[in-house]
Amino acid sequence: MRLNVLHKTHYTYDAPVPYGLQQVRLRPKSRLGQLVEEWRIDVTGGQVEVSFEDEHANAVDLVSFASGQTEIEITCAGIVDVEDKAGIVGPQGGYVPLWLFRRSTVLTKPGEHVQALADSAPANCSDLDRLHALSAHVLEQVPYSTDQTASDLTAEAVMEAGHGVCQDHAHVFITAARLLGFPARYVSGYLMMDDRVDQDASHAWAEAYVEGLGWVGFDISNGISPDARYVRVATGLDYRGAAPISGLRYGNAGEDMSVTLQVQQQ
Amino acid sequence: MKPANCVVFVATLRGICRLKVMSGRPTYFDEMFGHGTAARAPYADYSKWFADEDTARLLSKSEEAEALFRLIGVTFNVYGDPDATERLIPFDLVPRIIAAREWAKVAKGIEQRVRALNAFLHDIYHRQEIVRAGRLPAEMIARNDAFLPEMIGVSPPGDIYTHIVGTDLVRTGDDEFFVLEDNARTPSGVSYMLENRETMLHMFPELFSKIKVQSVGQYPRSLRKSLSACAPDACNGRPTIAVLTPGIHNSAYYEHAFLADQMSAELVEGHDLRVVDGRVAMRTTRGYKPIDVLYRRVDDEYLDPMNFNPDSVLGVPGIMDVYRAGGITIANAPGTGIADDKAIYSYMPDIVEFYTGEKAILQNVPTHRCSEPQALKYVLDNLADLVVKEVHGSGGYGMLVGPAASKKEIEDFRAKLEAAPGNYIAQPTLALSTVPILTDAGLAPRHVDLRPFVLVSPDRIDITPGGLTRVALTEGSLVVNSSQGGGTKDTWVLEE
Repeated sequence: MRLNVLHKTHYTYDAPVPYGLQQVRLRPKSRLGQLVEEWRIDVTGGQVEVSFEDEHANAVDLVSFASGQTEIEITCAGIVDVEDKAGIVGPQGGYVPLWLFRRSTVLTKPGEHVQALADSAPANCSDLDRLHALSAHVLEQVPYSTDQTASDLTAEAVMEAGHGVCQDHAHVFITAARLLGFPARYVSGYLMMDDRVDQDASHAWAEAYVEGLGWVGFDISNGISPDARYVRVATGLDYRGAAPISGLRYGNAGEDMSVTLQVQQQ
Repeated sequence: MKPANCVVFVATLRGICRLKVMSGRPTYFDEMFGHGTAARAPYADYSKWFADEDTARLLSKSEEAEALFRLIGVTFNVYGDPDATERLIPFDLVPRIIAAREWAKVAKGIEQRVRALNAFLHDIYHRQEIVRAGRLPAEMIARNDAFLPEMIGVSPPGDIYTHIVGTDLVRTGDDEFFVLEDNARTPSGVSYMLENRETMLHMFPELFSKIKVQSVGQYPRSLRKSLSACAPDACNGRPTIAVLTPGIHNSAYYEHAFLADQMSAELVEGHDLRVVDGRVAMRTTRGYKPIDVLYRRVDDEYLDPMNFNPDSVLGVPGIMDVYRAGGITIANAPGTGIADDKAIYSYMPDIVEFYTGEKAILQNVPTHRCSEPQALKYVLDNLADLVVKEVHGSGGYGMLVGPAASKKEIEDFRAKLEAAPGNYIAQPTLALSTVPILTDAGLAPRHVDLRPFVLVSPDRIDITPGGLTRVALTEGSLVVNSSQGGGTKDTWVLEE
């Protein structure tokens, strides 16, 4: 499937920002089942300082704000060809040892609720079935709801809240999968929802490492493994490691963010 | 922040400890007199000179030295002591003397070890061949807090990770040196080495004309040269070098300012720097000037609030990004602290062999890893004779010195050890060598250690002859660190 993506993130500030930086992980790469034909990032109100590849092989751009700016916009546009690989992403490449994906992070630190969820995963089945069952359990216990009170919740806090969005589902799944001994990671990317062109937000799902298969994707919120409608952009141990944009700025200016995202089949 | 300048080998939180005499009189190797009363060969000329000196005159020289240090401003801060923000480290004017032949072997051993350390750091942040080969358990890396995932796949210019190393050594006999710890992170103390020599040259010029001592004064020049050789590709022309200090309240601030001054580098704090046009640049009166090599004396955690501790005000946001893009050299590289871990230390003989194909020239202190059940049993049965250290600890905090501890201290420590054995290693108490100091009653032996300073660049390893000798000034004490009553001495390596 040939997907056309247009993704704008617009920040406005209620006072000039003297200095600020944003770390941008918004460049999908060609890989098994995903061919990036065209991709560009444009920044208005700032400039790309450096670009590098991080430890998870994400392409990262460091963007600085032009001094005294009250607006900054990051626009990504491109065309990506995606094949349905039944969620299979392939072997672990690069230098990151698999044990790193068993590490808990601030957002994926397990507590009693996630532990109970992990304990409820069926034992007498294949690893793959076990993970699919886990994914279904997460959605049962944390139904999808955009009625959110806070972003950047820990997996345990999400369980307590009892509802969440794709990011929350991914965190709970990753945390529980690690408790079950699977290396697991967070994926940020795009999903073309069939019924619309304008998507609400960029998407997030999870991947777990299954012996013999390698990395396998689980879109917990939709109860499936990613198919030809998914563009995989960045991975990390949790949201913070794979966040499309994370920033730091000086001064006390209040921030307002708006996102427009179009994903459509060409 | 942890104190940067008090790396200790034997210390307790409550200050000076004495090694109890278990049975009979311990026979320590004295570097001046050996086990006898006649001066050993390296001290022969000094000993003759000393015999003709008047002790009272020397003692007054001692006061002169202290006045000099106060004048120059060589001070250090003691943490947790509000009444003494700035103190002098006591200086003893009897030099520690090492023969050229003795030093050559030590230097060869250090060079081998430092090469292995850099190869190890490269490997750990790339393929981890040493783990694949089964020579180092993966948990040693996985459980190590100093392992920085952000460094995975990063190859700094020249593949140098640890540019400045302080390999702490102790001596136990005529030909017996042991490495106590490797300090691949940010070794401090080099300014004391330089000031000690300056002071000795000033006070006893006649001694240096009689006895040929290898110079240490070239260190700042060598440091500059060594760091310049590691400049990134982005550097245009003569490399701009800066020393990043946490600021005036840091215990080693004097040293940061001193080194910057001595090697004609900029002394900067985090707020002086920011990312400009793809480089890390320093604010000047004529705009921003890019830094090529940053000799940072700020710990990894505080280096970059965007990538590490977001609350840090000591670092530079985005510096890790510029670093990973090849726009700056950070010395020492982030993530090198993994090699300072005491459990990793216990594998150093294997590490040296794995990367150099040679047996280690310098010995490790035999180390029991309490994570291993048999070792733990041995350690628990012999707590009174052992030194037990926290694996990730530094600065001598949270350790047990068995022979100096009370029964209660040993039992309290036993409980801690049993609760988390993986956090500890244990070592025998070494019979550290002594070197005489000058007291009111004349020469008296005191225990010493040695921190040589090593500079690593792509084309050479430069080891300053000698280093910083730290001395436990209290009789019988094994505590050499400055915050707990230790002093320093000038260290002489004789010319051939």
